[in-house]
Formats: sequence, C-alpha cells, structure tokens
Amino acid sequence: MTDYNFAYLDEQTKRMIRRAILKGLAIPGYQVPFASREMPMPYGWGTGGVQVSAATLTPDDTFKVIDQGADDTTNAVSIRQFFEKTADVETTTETSEATVIQTRHRIPEEPLSEDQILVYQVPIPEPLRFLEPRETETRKMHALEEYGLMHVKLYEDISRHGHIATAYAYPVKVEGRYVMDPSPIPKFDNPKMEMAAIQLFGAGREQRIYALPPYTKVVSLDFEDHPFDPSKAPHPCGLCGAEHSYLDEVITDDQGGRMFVCSDTDYCEKRRAAGHVGTLTQEAAA
Amino acid sequence: MYVAVKGGERAIENAHAWLAEERRGDVAIAELSVEQIKSQLTIAVNRVMAEGSLYDPDLAALAMKQSRGDLIEAIFLIRAYRTTLPRFGNTRPIETSEMECERRISATYKDLPGGQVLGPTFDYTHRLLDFKLAAEGAPTSAPERKASGDLVPHVAEFLNQEGLIEEAPRDDTTPPDLTREPLELPAERALRLQALARADEGFTLGMAYSTQRGYGRTHAFVGELRIGQVAVEMDIPELGFAIEVGEITVTECETVNQFKGSKSEPPQFTRGYGLVFGQSERKSISMSLVDRALRWEELGEDNVGAPAQDAEFVLYHGDNIQATGFLEHIKLPHYVDFQSELELVRKMRREAGADQMPEAAE
Repeated sequence: MTDYNFAYLDEQTKRMIRRAILKGLAIPGYQVPFASREMPMPYGWGTGGVQVSAATLTPDDTFKVIDQGADDTTNAVSIRQFFEKTADVETTTETSEATVIQTRHRIPEEPLSEDQILVYQVPIPEPLRFLEPRETETRKMHALEEYGLMHVKLYEDISRHGHIATAYAYPVKVEGRYVMDPSPIPKFDNPKMEMAAIQLFGAGREQRIYALPPYTKVVSLDFEDHPFDPSKAPHPCGLCGAEHSYLDEVITDDQGGRMFVCSDTDYCEKRRAAGHVGTLTQEAAA
Repeated sequence: MYVAVKGGERAIENAHAWLAEERRGDVAIAELSVEQIKSQLTIAVNRVMAEGSLYDPDLAALAMKQSRGDLIEAIFLIRAYRTTLPRFGNTRPIETSEMECERRISATYKDLPGGQVLGPTFDYTHRLLDFKLAAEGAPTSAPERKASGDLVPHVAEFLNQEGLIEEAPRDDTTPPDLTREPLELPAERALRLQALARADEGFTLGMAYSTQRGYGRTHAFVGELRIGQVAVEMDIPELGFAIEVGEITVTECETVNQFKGSKSEPPQFTRGYGLVFGQSERKSISMSLVDRALRWEELGEDNVGAPAQDAEFVLYHGDNIQATGFLEHIKLPHYVDFQSELELVRKMRREAGADQMPEAAE
C-alpha cells in the first residue's frame, strides 16, 4: 500500500471532504452533498465514515473503531486495519485514549471530551426518506422547514401503538432547525448527542456529510404528553453489573436461556477491571 | 457461560486465506492467466471496463481473475482502483463518425452507405451447445477482406437531411462528471448518459425492456448500432496540438423514435443514445431506450409515471456498486438495532397482552 497517500485519499479529495465537514459544522444538521469516492470497501460498509475519518486524521491521532459498540466486530477490525495500513496511526480500543472514534450504531458509554471527534457511519442520512422517497422532495421539505409529515408519522404511531414505534435512528431536531437522522443508533443513545466532542456524520453511498459542533442542542422529537423515552432492556449487565449501559442480548442455549451484556466492550472491560461484577461473573466464580 | 467474542481479526485472516485457496481452485488444473481471460472472455472484460468506467482490458481481466468471475466484484475492484488515479487532463471527444467499424447495422434501412456489416455477432447463431468446445479444438479462422477505409456515415444524418429527426447540435460545453461531483437533480442529459454508461447492464436492460412493454413506451427502432475502434486524442499544451494517445473499442447505438409532436416540438423522429466501452450491444441499446424515455420532459411528453421516465429512480438505483454494497451490508451485525426492536416488540406485545415474556436465564 506504499503507493497510497496518507489515509488513502489524495489531498485534493481530503480538502473537498474537509470543506463539506466545515460547511456541515457551520449549519448543524444540514446534509451537505459531497463527491463521495469509491473506497476499497463496499458502499454501505462505512465508506462515508471512512472518508470523513481519512479527511480528519493526522499522523498524531489515536484512532478507535467500534461497530455495535464493540472494537472486535469484524467490520470494525477491517476498518481499523485499513487505517493502520494506510495512515499508520496509533489505534486503541480505549475510548478515553482515542482522539478520533469511528462508530457504527452506537455512542460510547463513557462521555467524550472536547479534544475528541466522533465519526458516524450513516446508511440513509435523510430522516424523511421513509416518508418521502424522493430526494428532490425531501431537500425542499428541509429548506422550507416542513416537518409536518414527520410529526404526523409519530402521532400515527401513538394512536396505533400507544407510543412512538421507533427504536433506533430516532429522529432529532438540531438547534431548533434541521430534523436530522442520528444514524441507526438505539434511541437510548440519543440524549448523549449533546456532548463536548465534535460529531461528524458520513454517508458515502448517499454522498452526504453532516455535523454537530460541540454542545449543540439536539432534541429527540416527541410530544408534550408523550415525552421521549430512551428505554433499554430492563436488566443490568451480566458481566459488569452496569445498570445504565446499553445491552446486547445473547442467546446462551437452545432452551430460551439468554443473558444481557454491555454492547460497549471497552466500557464493560474497564468496569470489570475496576472490580465490578455481574450476576454471571459471580456465578462463574462460585 | 458466554465468553466475549475476540476472534474478529483472526477470523478475517483465515477467511481471506480460504478465499485465496478457493479462487485458485484445483491445483492439478493449470492456472487461468490474465492473458487468457483478456483474450477469450472479452465480452465480460468489456462489461467490467464499461461499468468500472476504466478502459483497461488487462486490469479488467486481472479483476475478473481476482473476483473468481464475479463481475460486479470485478467492477468494484476497478472502480476502487480508478478513483485513486491522478488525472492529467481531458481527451478530446471521440469521433464515432470516424470509427473503424467491425460491426454496423441499421434496422431502419435495408441498405445504406457504409453497408450492413454483421461482424462478430451471436445474433444468428443457433443457441445449441457446441460440445466441440469442450474438447481442445483447432483454432478457427474467418475469411478476410480488405477494409475500404471509407468513413461510415451516421444513419441519423440521412434523416436529418430531410429534417425528419430532431437536431442534435454539437455541444462543446464540458459535461458534468458524477465521479467528481455529487449527483444532484435535476440531472441534465449529459449527466444522465454518464450514469447510464456506468449503470448495471441488468438494471438498464430491465428498465429498457419495461419501456418496450408499455411503461413509458417510446417506439424505438435501432437506427444504427456500430462497434469499432476510435482514436483517443489529447491536446498537449507544450505541443500546441492534439496527439493520438491510443485507440479504444466502443459500441454506439442510436435509436430513432416515433414522435407525434407536442406543444413545443413538431412531429419528427427523436433520438435515444447509447455509448459503451467495448463490444457491449445489449447495454448500449438498453441505454439508448432509457435515455429516450428519460427525455419526456424536454420533449413535452406526458409523464405517465413509468419507472424508466423517472430520472431520480433510474439514476439512484442503476449503479451496481452502490446497490450491491448497500444490499450486502445487511450481512453486517445489526444486533444493537435488532435489540432495540426486540425490546419494542416485547413491550408492544406486553401491552397487547399477547404473551408472557420468558424470564432471562440467569
């Protein structure tokens, strides 16, 4: 790979992406079109996030990649290896050590700081897409701040199911202006989006970049009488006993046995190292 | 007891090793060379070049070998390589009227200047398996004749002399490039043609076929289909003139479409256009049908709501690299999303009194 530029993309392309990122930061929640490149991994597998990371990384950065909250899921491994090879940056699995974190579907449990950047991989950047398939229409709707359709959808959910039936990619409103897709994170993670770190969202196939500057106001859409509820599985982590982390459900046998463990592997490991135990670790020790 | 999965890295390495072994196949059988692929699977090589948007038969053949014959995977390899290449400049537009035709047919005239030249076509073969090919056959040769060297005029020009077909004035504005600019709508014709030239052959075929069956019918005749070599020329600033940097084979199709006229246009024939790298007849004919269907607005035709009339639909869904990536990404882990759905469905079932949630095993 010696023939490739630092972080794979050529400097011209990186500059084009950085301009899109800066524009995104200047207009929080607005989807900036950018000339996404073909990357050596498939569209839909994080090419937007990879391009944003490539344009963001410097040789001094420490890079972390998570998928479903874990550093060791196959695609996270693949993307981390890609940047180890093409950018030769330090990599880490520790949330607090990383300066740039690329993520798919989760926000780390540990609060991020002002010197960190969180890069999201986004499959469908348009929050209105499943209400209106046409890009020409949805861009108009954003321009006119015409979000009635979204509220009608949420209202219909409530009238049909008693509550809003969206569990992930739960739409948010940014600084009272743009309705934004937070990428398919569980709604449990939505409140974390008001954070100290810069958040960048890259959608490669759809050729869009959007961003949230630090401490941007991000409100999950709801109604006064049906307030947003960032629920999760009503269990503690079986390994570290955490009560307030997002959990994966793991099937343990074919008899309906299951256990719940932190989806954020670094968070769980750190807690266990600090002596926290869950019901399963207690059992194993006994 | 569940142990956190820590095998991602090794699993990937092993999968790659297995893939390499499978690609090579039975080692008792001679390895396929890139040269063999290039010279004997040319139609597939052409498709990889066309949809990969890179005219390089050697690289296309290499990509096919590497992808075990999965053409979309090969196209992907070419695209990913292409995007890293520096751009020295732009060539002049190729002149298909100066093409050295290997094949040139018209379905609208029985005979015409330049003649009907069948060339190496499957068209009139009987589709019977040739078991002789399973054995090693002696090389075959075709009878030869000296090329006349005369230019072969475009069929549409004959109609144009009578004013029966819409004008297609020369336009030297630099066309947009969707590999360098994000696709934005409405897309002008040049951009649509670029997207179609790179689009998946199967998708384009399906779209074109749908217009023939009535979904946005445009009554197309193949005015002309020509395949052959054209020179690629580039202006060299230091020299002050253009030099030929190479030759490429392209397939060009121009359809002649019935048109009853509209408020803005008189009754006349209209054109659909297809141009594809290599010998790619099916693709170029499909492309010209879809191109014509997409022109409903400029010609003042009705939008009957047919998929092939819908530029946004066609342009956003024709790229097989985008499509296959997104389609196949659902193989990636989604347990976080699935978990949140699981909780939601359980909650909704509880509220509906549908079932009793089984307790987690502890």
